[in-house]
Amino acid sequence: MAPIAQVSNLAVAFPSEGNGWRRVVDGVFLTVGEGEVVGLVGESGCGKTLTALALFRLIPEPGTIAAGTVTVGGEDVLALDDRRLSSLRGGLAGLVFQEPARALNPVRSIGFQVSEAARLHLGMPAGRAASLAADLLAEVGLEGPERLARAYPHQLSGGQRQRVLLACALAAGPRLLVADEPTSALDTVSQRHLVELLERLRARRHLAVLFISHDLALVGRLAERVTVLYAGETVEIATRRELFEDPRHPYTRALMQAQLRVEAEGPARLPTVPGAVPRAGAWGRGCRFAPRCPLAFERCHMARPALTELENGRQARCFLVGDAEEPDGRS
Amino acid sequence: MGVADGVPILAGRDVVRSYPARGGVPWGRDRDLVLALDGVSLELRSGEILGLVGRSGSGKSTLARLLLGLERPDRGEVTFDGRSLESLTEPERRRMRRDVQVVFQDPHAALDPLQSVGGVVAEPLAVHGLCPRGERRGRGKLLLGEVGLPGEDAFLDRSPRELSGGERQRVALARALASGPRALILDEPVSALDASVRGHVLNLLLGLQDRGRLAMLVIAHDMRLVARVCSRVAVMAGGRVVEEGPTWNVLESPAHEATAELLAAARWLSEPPTGWAARVLGEPSSVR
Repeated sequence: MAPIAQVSNLAVAFPSEGNGWRRVVDGVFLTVGEGEVVGLVGESGCGKTLTALALFRLIPEPGTIAAGTVTVGGEDVLALDDRRLSSLRGGLAGLVFQEPARALNPVRSIGFQVSEAARLHLGMPAGRAASLAADLLAEVGLEGPERLARAYPHQLSGGQRQRVLLACALAAGPRLLVADEPTSALDTVSQRHLVELLERLRARRHLAVLFISHDLALVGRLAERVTVLYAGETVEIATRRELFEDPRHPYTRALMQAQLRVEAEGPARLPTVPGAVPRAGAWGRGCRFAPRCPLAFERCHMARPALTELENGRQARCFLVGDAEEPDGRS
Repeated sequence: MGVADGVPILAGRDVVRSYPARGGVPWGRDRDLVLALDGVSLELRSGEILGLVGRSGSGKSTLARLLLGLERPDRGEVTFDGRSLESLTEPERRRMRRDVQVVFQDPHAALDPLQSVGGVVAEPLAVHGLCPRGERRGRGKLLLGEVGLPGEDAFLDRSPRELSGGERQRVALARALASGPRALILDEPVSALDASVRGHVLNLLLGLQDRGRLAMLVIAHDMRLVARVCSRVAVMAGGRVVEEGPTWNVLESPAHEATAELLAAARWLSEPPTGWAARVLGEPSSVR
């Protein structure tokens, strides 16, 4: 079956201080199958959000997609005309942003905003849209949906707003839901409830979900397949089980060792990764993780490994598991 | 300081604090005050890392502001070295501002972008008159070294804006340590940090405790963080401390349902269920 979304060798560039362009994303690969839950994990500045925005051709000006292909629902997103682009955004695919406080319009009622996509994309009349809004608010687990539909964003808690955004994204019955750090503003109990909700919605609606988070454990909780980003490129793709049982990229391994668990035997030091994530686009020659990698050898500093197919369709970008290198070591 | 070991550095006793209700939903309870703290007692003692854990809105940050003396309780009292904050003389207040420091969650917002890193770290030295002007830069370098940052001139001259989140949080910690405090309040110190650098900050806190009598109050919503760094934990829910005890004890046998809920969420979030992967792999919906 064709994937619902596919990103291949994506590069996103912004004008640099001089007169050139700087690629802040370069080498992202991502596939989301129909009805599949894929996790996109990586640290700040690694390109998670830009990848999500590229799926909707929403890269903020003056940024631009400098290379690669993006398809959603079998269509080339970069070639869509305005009408088809509009039916992609909020129609075919819904997007839930990171900050629920800023994503809602403060002067429109919750009900108006939740039903907007249905009115716009499905041409639903206002009366039916209003009852749909209440249904959606109930579906995302909010109590008193009819009254809530008449409320305004400032009257809601952070957790409620996040669920309202989810209802907005579902209004036009999308086949793909892209959720960008939907839990990072929530406490652990609300995080659990939101992940459980996504799992229910996904099963009931046969939704494909792209779940984006910096939290590897959380991604592992929901996703069937995980794509790991580091410094603007995909470094590993594997099923959740393969990834957790046998991570192949040293960065994935380091992330796993850095996870906190409840079952710590009293205060104990945590394994750390030396150094910090490089600034977007400020990558040297060679593997972008090499400066922090405990296993790096000479070649890692000289050439950039290519994302290599391993067994069972899993992929990794590391000379320890594959020999192929990118044609040009410099990005 | 001549204060007996038995006296907590900071303590709240039956502290009550309410705020005018804002936001919420219009059909909510017919009340115009929200009780943020409903009779809270808590003691922070020398040399301990105390975890204050609870859900959003449970009152953790309100309690921290009261302990810092940034707000006054409606009822009950907050003490510093056993003396009520209300009764402190001006020199005693100044001593408290030197001895009790705070690190906030968001190092972007907490550091003045117009100051250099060196300026940020040296400011408390100047404010509290702890070190002659000519020696401040040198002390700043030492402090940065203590938190694992380069004590080079080039680093001191950088703007906090140029630093990564982990570096910024360590600069904030260096500033908090500059006045030689006896108590540190850390409000969600690592929740804005990436996993690969979170360890640097947590290990630093453990190292600080090993070294001296510094007391730390770590505010968090995540039991995993508390389990890793805290010797004692207090659990808040609905404006009250509902459970308190040695961390291992609370983790092994939580007595209050709020504790159990936080623990269950932390476990659930970090443990993919076994067998789940095999099940979904068998579904026709999965690709390849």
